[in-house]
Amino acid sequence: MRRFRLGNLFKRNNILLTVVAVLVTAVVVIGSAQTIAKGRYTLDVWESFVISGVALGAVYALIAIGYTLVYGILFMINFAHGEVFMAGAFTAVFAAQALASEGLVAANPVLAFAIVLVVAMITSMVVAILLERLAYRPLRGAPRLVPLITAIGASLFLQYTFRGLYGAGIKAYPTFEIFRGSIEIAGLVIPVAKAFVTVIAVLLMVALYFFVERTRTGRAMRAVSENKDVAAMMGINVDRVIVITFAIGGVLAGAAGILYTLIFNQVSYTMGFFPGIKAFTAAVLGGIGNIVGAMLGGLALGLLEAVAPFLILEGYNIPSPNQLKDVIAFSVLVLVLIFRPTGFLGRKENV
Amino acid sequence: MGAFLRRALFFGFVAGLVVLHLALVGLIVKLDERNLINGLVTIGTVIPILVALVAGFLAARPMRRGELVIPTPMTGLLSGAVAGLTGGLMVAAFTWLADAYSIRDVLINASPKLVQILHWGMDATTGTLALIVGGAAMGLLGAVIRILPGTLRRGAITGLSAVVGLALMQTFVVQILTGLSLDFISTFFYARDGMTEPGAVVALVACVVGGWAWAERGHAVRTRYTTMTPTQRRNIRWSFIGIAILILLSLPMFVGSFLATALDTVGIYVLLGLGLNIVVGFAGLLDLGYVAFYAVGAYATAVLTSGASPAFAPQLNFWLAVPLVMLVAALIGLTIGAPVLRLRGDYLAIVTLAFGEIARIIFLSDWMTPYLGGAQGILQVPAPNFFGIDLRQPEKLYYPILVACIIAAVAAISLANSRVGRAWTAMREDESVAEATGINTTKYKLLAFSLGATFGGLAGALYAVRIGSVFPQELNIIVSINALALIILGGIGSIPGVIVGSVVLVGLPELLREFSEYRLLVYGIVLVAMMLLRPEGLLPNRSRRAELHEGEDDSKPDWDEQDWEKEAGAETPTPMIT
Repeated sequence: MRRFRLGNLFKRNNILLTVVAVLVTAVVVIGSAQTIAKGRYTLDVWESFVISGVALGAVYALIAIGYTLVYGILFMINFAHGEVFMAGAFTAVFAAQALASEGLVAANPVLAFAIVLVVAMITSMVVAILLERLAYRPLRGAPRLVPLITAIGASLFLQYTFRGLYGAGIKAYPTFEIFRGSIEIAGLVIPVAKAFVTVIAVLLMVALYFFVERTRTGRAMRAVSENKDVAAMMGINVDRVIVITFAIGGVLAGAAGILYTLIFNQVSYTMGFFPGIKAFTAAVLGGIGNIVGAMLGGLALGLLEAVAPFLILEGYNIPSPNQLKDVIAFSVLVLVLIFRPTGFLGRKENV
Repeated sequence: MGAFLRRALFFGFVAGLVVLHLALVGLIVKLDERNLINGLVTIGTVIPILVALVAGFLAARPMRRGELVIPTPMTGLLSGAVAGLTGGLMVAAFTWLADAYSIRDVLINASPKLVQILHWGMDATTGTLALIVGGAAMGLLGAVIRILPGTLRRGAITGLSAVVGLALMQTFVVQILTGLSLDFISTFFYARDGMTEPGAVVALVACVVGGWAWAERGHAVRTRYTTMTPTQRRNIRWSFIGIAILILLSLPMFVGSFLATALDTVGIYVLLGLGLNIVVGFAGLLDLGYVAFYAVGAYATAVLTSGASPAFAPQLNFWLAVPLVMLVAALIGLTIGAPVLRLRGDYLAIVTLAFGEIARIIFLSDWMTPYLGGAQGILQVPAPNFFGIDLRQPEKLYYPILVACIIAAVAAISLANSRVGRAWTAMREDESVAEATGINTTKYKLLAFSLGATFGGLAGALYAVRIGSVFPQELNIIVSINALALIILGGIGSIPGVIVGSVVLVGLPELLREFSEYRLLVYGIVLVAMMLLRPEGLLPNRSRRAELHEGEDDSKPDWDEQDWEKEAGAETPTPMIT
């Protein structure tokens, strides 16, 4: 796939793409200009959109890392990763409710939250490892679509297994009093929950970055993603590295699940689908296979999703633009894949 | 021996997990409502038994360790029993746990009712013992079946599955027998709910004998067929096709409206499957947003024909609208296809998935409500009218659906055997090579996409008139997954496979209403299991099967003549779907 350059635009086979590009740009610019001209939202409102977007983006980034790590090593889209995310949050709700009824949530919220977080991370990790071991490992080396179809099947299987286990209803997390209210930093009023989500997500991402860059296992992971065969010849246990990769993806997805519930507060068996696809979009946006790319992609997508419906669609007087936020996210996916399939920071040969 | 026992432990463990999974997702309790044999056996109670049987059967199979090791009868039987015992112990441990502690707060299905079903209605101690002993006995029985001589074993397997099948299909069989005024047969075999005991025994014996006879003599019949002249073979094939068409044509006359509705749904999914098969099976482009075309077809039909269409209501005749609808779907297919076709396989899948969701969200949004009705959809889609006959009833609507399916199937078959079909095959196998041999891949991809879209649009049109209204909530990703699952079950690229797939995955759940909430769980299992065990599907087309198994050695020792084919398929899958 050729890289997108302005010069390429006007070659004959790219006429269609040129038209699409011009149209999309026009829609975005005109929409934004009209919205700003109307001045319906004050600066405060825009600020709150951005803050929500950053928190959401941090969650997407955590999930996206799971996609990107697996893709970097196995070149497969782990379609069931959204369900790994769901599994942790949906399981940990029982821990949270139990702790709330024991009174620990009120007495020692930090400890209670830590327990819930660990429960979710462990559950997601176990699900991710089982997924690799039972569904994906036997298909190693099969043509690309075979593991993809397996992953779709595994995703359905997990969704409906958890629905069967815990019920189809929506469950609510108990409220942690410490996350109520807002704080003011440099003139910005930030809800505590969103600030906390962002901080935890960033800490986890920094930890992951150091793990991959500085530890022996991290080096092994990078080696395997560079070239599996050569890595194996250098004495790296490739299977083990792959399991570790899935485990890390699972842990981060589990954490993301709990952070997600701090924003939206409720869980159900379907909660993994949209965040899953959006995190995949984020991974593609940042350049799939690239960890920093996934982080930036997540952030960008969260911001887009929070701001774009109001910024672009409002200008066209489209009623309830927030209904169309998923359309924006998916359109970003489509547009990125059409115009720059390697993403911001991606390696060239992947697409 | 040690290796066999270790494997038996493993199979027993897996069997235990399977039963526990089915129990904890609630399937066993739910299916306990469905009687198989009047008041004696329900599907719920029969599931653990069947699982133990299969575990015992598998544990007694020969093992490939460098060369093939065939267990002595003693080892085989012991392995079977061990497998059954392990599974039984696991389930027994669970029932004890569920009795002793309240785990129901978390696992909502671990109810006293479940324990009661697993214990066969006996008290806790007897029931737990019965589980362990019964598990071992069933594992042993499975091993016995495996060790029987080939033809008898086939007979036993056919017999068992046929009786379960007959019991499951009760509604269908009784309905047809009543339609043919053969009530006396149905009253002998079926009680109001489930089979009668004598009926079940007679059916079992008849099916075992029949299965055994076919296993003994079937080979001769097949040999005779293959030694016939091509003309004779063609005659036979055509007479079979003729009979099949006659049956299909007369079906609605005696199945009643409930079954006719189910048949209509199956027909619509056959159509969807045929369309998706062109895209996925022939051209090798995994499209997960196929529902978009279905939705476009349904909405276009509603807008063109319904008087209740909010903004633009030309109220066309259905027959006039259909070509327009197909044209619209094809154009949408081209529009969506053109920009994304340069993407590689798995990216294409995700992008099409995104398109499917975009379509649904837009149909549902307030933005489009003034034109497409939003969440309320478009009501009052009129039924087609065929020279004065109103086709509203499902029995009558069946005919246009059947005709559409036949046209689509014929079109698909002729496409597959044409220059276009060969170009698709080449492209699917290796895109760069295809391009190098002068195939314009973009053109053929677009062709596949828009043809698939056309079929999908037609299916959507029929769907709209069948329901009589269009709702955006129903046009979700599940439809795409459904269509994908059925072509994968039947065999990617195989047209008979599409039909079998829709009957199994769409028709059966219609008959088993209790089952409906577990439908997607089963789809998930089907997708994973097919990819792991038999990626070419149940009824693979010939060249695809050859592609998938080309790596296999044809000169394997025939250690057990009848088994060779099956074992080879089961143990060494070399998935090579592009």
